[in-house]
Amino acid sequence: MTADVLRVHDLLVYYDTPVGAVTAVNHISFSLKAGERLGLAGESGSGKSTLALSILRLLKPPGRIAAGEVWLDDVNLMTLSAEAMRQVRLAQIALIPQGSMNSLNPVMRIKEQIADALKDHGVRLSKRQVAERVHDLLQWVGLRPEVANMFPHELSGGMKQRACIAIAMSLRPKVIIADEPTSALDVVVQKQVMETLARIQTDLQAAVILVGHDMGLMAQFVDRLGVMYAGQLVEVSPVRDIFTQPLHPYTQMLIASLPSLAQKGTFQGIPGLPPALRALPPGCVFHPRCPHAVERCQTEAPLFREVRPHAWAACHLL
Amino acid sequence: MRRILGQASAPVQPVPGVARPGRLAAGLRYMRRNISLVVGLLLLVTLALFVGIGHMVVDTSKSRALSVPALRPPSLQYPFGTDRQGRDLLATMVAGTPLTLRIGFIAGLLGVGVGTILGFISAYYRGKLDTFIRGGVDIGLTVPGLLVLIIIAVSLKQSLTVNQMALVVASLAWLNPTRTIRAQVLSLRERGYVEVARLSGMSGPEIILQELMPNLLPYLAATLVNAVSSAILASIGLEVLGLGPVDAPTLGMTLYWVNYNAALINGWWWWWLAPLGIILIVFLGLFFLTVGLDEIANPRLRRAG
Amino acid sequence: MTTLLEAQHVTKIFSSGILDRHSTVALEDFSLAIDSERPSITAVVGESGSGKTTLARLLLGLVAPTRGKVLYKGQDLQSMAHAAWHAFRRDVQVIFQDPYEVYNPFYRVDHILNTPVAKFKLASSKAAARALIAEVLQAVGLRPEETLGRFPHQLSGGQRQRVMVARALLLRPRLIVADEPVSMVDASLRATILGALRTMHLEHGISIIYITHDLATAYQISDNIVVLYRGAVVEAGDVELVVKQPQHPYTQLLMSSIPLASAERTWTTETGTGTVGLQAAGSAGCKFVDRCPRAMAPCLQAVPPLFHTERHRVVSCYLYHSTPALAVAETGKEFTEPTR
Repeated sequence: MTADVLRVHDLLVYYDTPVGAVTAVNHISFSLKAGERLGLAGESGSGKSTLALSILRLLKPPGRIAAGEVWLDDVNLMTLSAEAMRQVRLAQIALIPQGSMNSLNPVMRIKEQIADALKDHGVRLSKRQVAERVHDLLQWVGLRPEVANMFPHELSGGMKQRACIAIAMSLRPKVIIADEPTSALDVVVQKQVMETLARIQTDLQAAVILVGHDMGLMAQFVDRLGVMYAGQLVEVSPVRDIFTQPLHPYTQMLIASLPSLAQKGTFQGIPGLPPALRALPPGCVFHPRCPHAVERCQTEAPLFREVRPHAWAACHLL
Repeated sequence: MRRILGQASAPVQPVPGVARPGRLAAGLRYMRRNISLVVGLLLLVTLALFVGIGHMVVDTSKSRALSVPALRPPSLQYPFGTDRQGRDLLATMVAGTPLTLRIGFIAGLLGVGVGTILGFISAYYRGKLDTFIRGGVDIGLTVPGLLVLIIIAVSLKQSLTVNQMALVVASLAWLNPTRTIRAQVLSLRERGYVEVARLSGMSGPEIILQELMPNLLPYLAATLVNAVSSAILASIGLEVLGLGPVDAPTLGMTLYWVNYNAALINGWWWWWLAPLGIILIVFLGLFFLTVGLDEIANPRLRRAG
Repeated sequence: MTTLLEAQHVTKIFSSGILDRHSTVALEDFSLAIDSERPSITAVVGESGSGKTTLARLLLGLVAPTRGKVLYKGQDLQSMAHAAWHAFRRDVQVIFQDPYEVYNPFYRVDHILNTPVAKFKLASSKAAARALIAEVLQAVGLRPEETLGRFPHQLSGGQRQRVMVARALLLRPRLIVADEPVSMVDASLRATILGALRTMHLEHGISIIYITHDLATAYQISDNIVVLYRGAVVEAGDVELVVKQPQHPYTQLLMSSIPLASAERTWTTETGTGTVGLQAAGSAGCKFVDRCPRAMAPCLQAVPPLFHTERHRVVSCYLYHSTPALAVAETGKEFTEPTR
């Protein structure tokens, strides 16, 4: 049985606002095996990006991590010093951030940006070795060697995204967190970029956490999928099961609302609105919109537990 | 009408934007953040009080020549001293400050008024009209302004009154406002809500007045303060050169007499200190006000939530 | 057949620069007719750079075509009198993509509803106007007392988009041009808003032109579909045909790249790393030729005409040269025959 490479335990993250502390990540726990692809799906405001940034301790004020542990192998990242954490980032956990195409330095050539990342992590190589490493990295992500000398504005969206993947891979991390890496890309380019990511991940034997809201992308890419709602994990299951036998009512309604390309049907949205994070409903956070809610749901928050082998959900009805 | 969209089941709550506290509390809290605005307003209010109370307490007729003994340094009787031609300098400041400000205001208002109209028309309708206006403004801005003003002032045969002075300065005051307002409107007209307004049947002038203008008000206010500032500077410049209204006790004219009589060399320090001090307060006040208004006008801050 | 809105061989070229003019062809030779008697839902699908946003603005009369004409009830938009424009604005309305940009931040959301009521005299008195607005808000599932009086930033994106739908309802237009109406809205609300559009079509006979990059929603809502690639129509026809059996190589590429939200893994074969070639503006051949796996000699020479491969489908591809080409006068009218 493959060991867990990453374990998040009871993570609690607040945002401090003028009206008080708002819970953005509400006691979330999950684990990630080496080489596995885990998806974190949720709509806007569900806390998925906050979760991704918190794992890497990249959260800026007014966000703050209030409690919880993040175990990378057997090191609790929350206990590391700022400098030690900096070393862990990129070398062991890499982030492909949202809008990463815009996080490339516009006045530096691609090769300089990769070299920068290597140097920053104390990798001592001669100039020629760095050039070789850059060449290999670019080839790995499917970019022509000439790209090394180009500036970001000379590349297309897909190429920039692949350059960001190259930077993320440069130190061969164990875990890659990709936060909506393809949201600005065309469907065809999206597939190419995701295939590149998949290939690299296999080569590295790294684990991937894909954060996003495109359920189709999740369905085609990840092994296991976690569904987030209002800062909580409501379900985590193998991705096939999510689509064939969803456990949590929110997951069920979400799947039902997705437009299919197989046949025409009716439009079934989820009535109501996600709750404002500063005014979460008591009991189960989904109960105001849940068609199956009973009295217990209004007062008692359900536990997140293993309902079937490998399938976790938080619902009183299961 | 039959419902076509399911009910939002929970009562629709406003999404986290800050709940609106009392207006006064919010206003005060804003003042604390925008210190420039407060400082600017304080300086200008102080000046207004000086002029207002001054008019009640001081005899402004003493601002005319030969009304009091000459060249007295500041004393209890003449707090600002007197000048060589027998003017009570306190009375001169009290009488002259509003004149200078009036010139600035009229010129500034005219300049921004014309600039707003031209800027809006130019930016909203584009095309040949825009090219024409923009070309005119760009050419006008390359000509040294003070030079033009001097030529105008010199060509007018008779000596100027305060109001005529304002018009002379206003003749160039509209150039910069046209340019900056045009730039702002150019960016605003691409907004989604302008297109929606067009599709809702609004006409060009209606869109300019109802959709664009309200969003530009803080910017226009900042531009106005700027224009007033420049106008005052231009008028003082002209007056110091002797091209202003000779009989009026404006700040610039006082400086002209200071120059004419070599007050600096002669050691009559109270004579030049008073007008310079007031000018300093005026400009500092206007400057801080501009900075404060700019902060309000800055879209990053204006776009709420 | 009387047409409500028609685009005839519309081309839009954007040029910039004074000395060194370089131009982009945003849309080329596009034709489409919307029948005024039989309401329909037509989807226009394309990726970024396909010209779909330009198309929306041309159809709404916000920009003028470089070549060709946009006709409203037979009259050219560019030469219409004021009264005709007023009628046009009443009959053809819009739902834009960005639910924040369309609101003037200076006003409360009431403003966006009050303006059309006033301009088109939809109500005879203030009370009647209030009642009308309350009615349309309720129809889109919003409570008037909680929506009116608020500023745009106080409502969520989904609520703001619902208000835009309500605004469109106010006018009871004959045609709504919906430019990516749900792409900036959460997944769970998307189905709701699209359902509302379909209900508006079925119950009030409103035609819809649904512009999007999302084939799945386009498939679900529309009867007919037009696929755009870099400003040109590559395939058009009945949506079941085009989606289930795509004939143009680009449509086929598109369909195979879409990640399906299902338990079945369809992303099985690698697409390969072909990048979009930069064809110089004005090159003569088919726009897809540099990415096409089936490219042939004629593809480089001239843009293929629309071949009528089936009764309810046209494809712009030389692979189908054996089928009759659509006559120039008929382009755009291929949807006006009943599809079912």
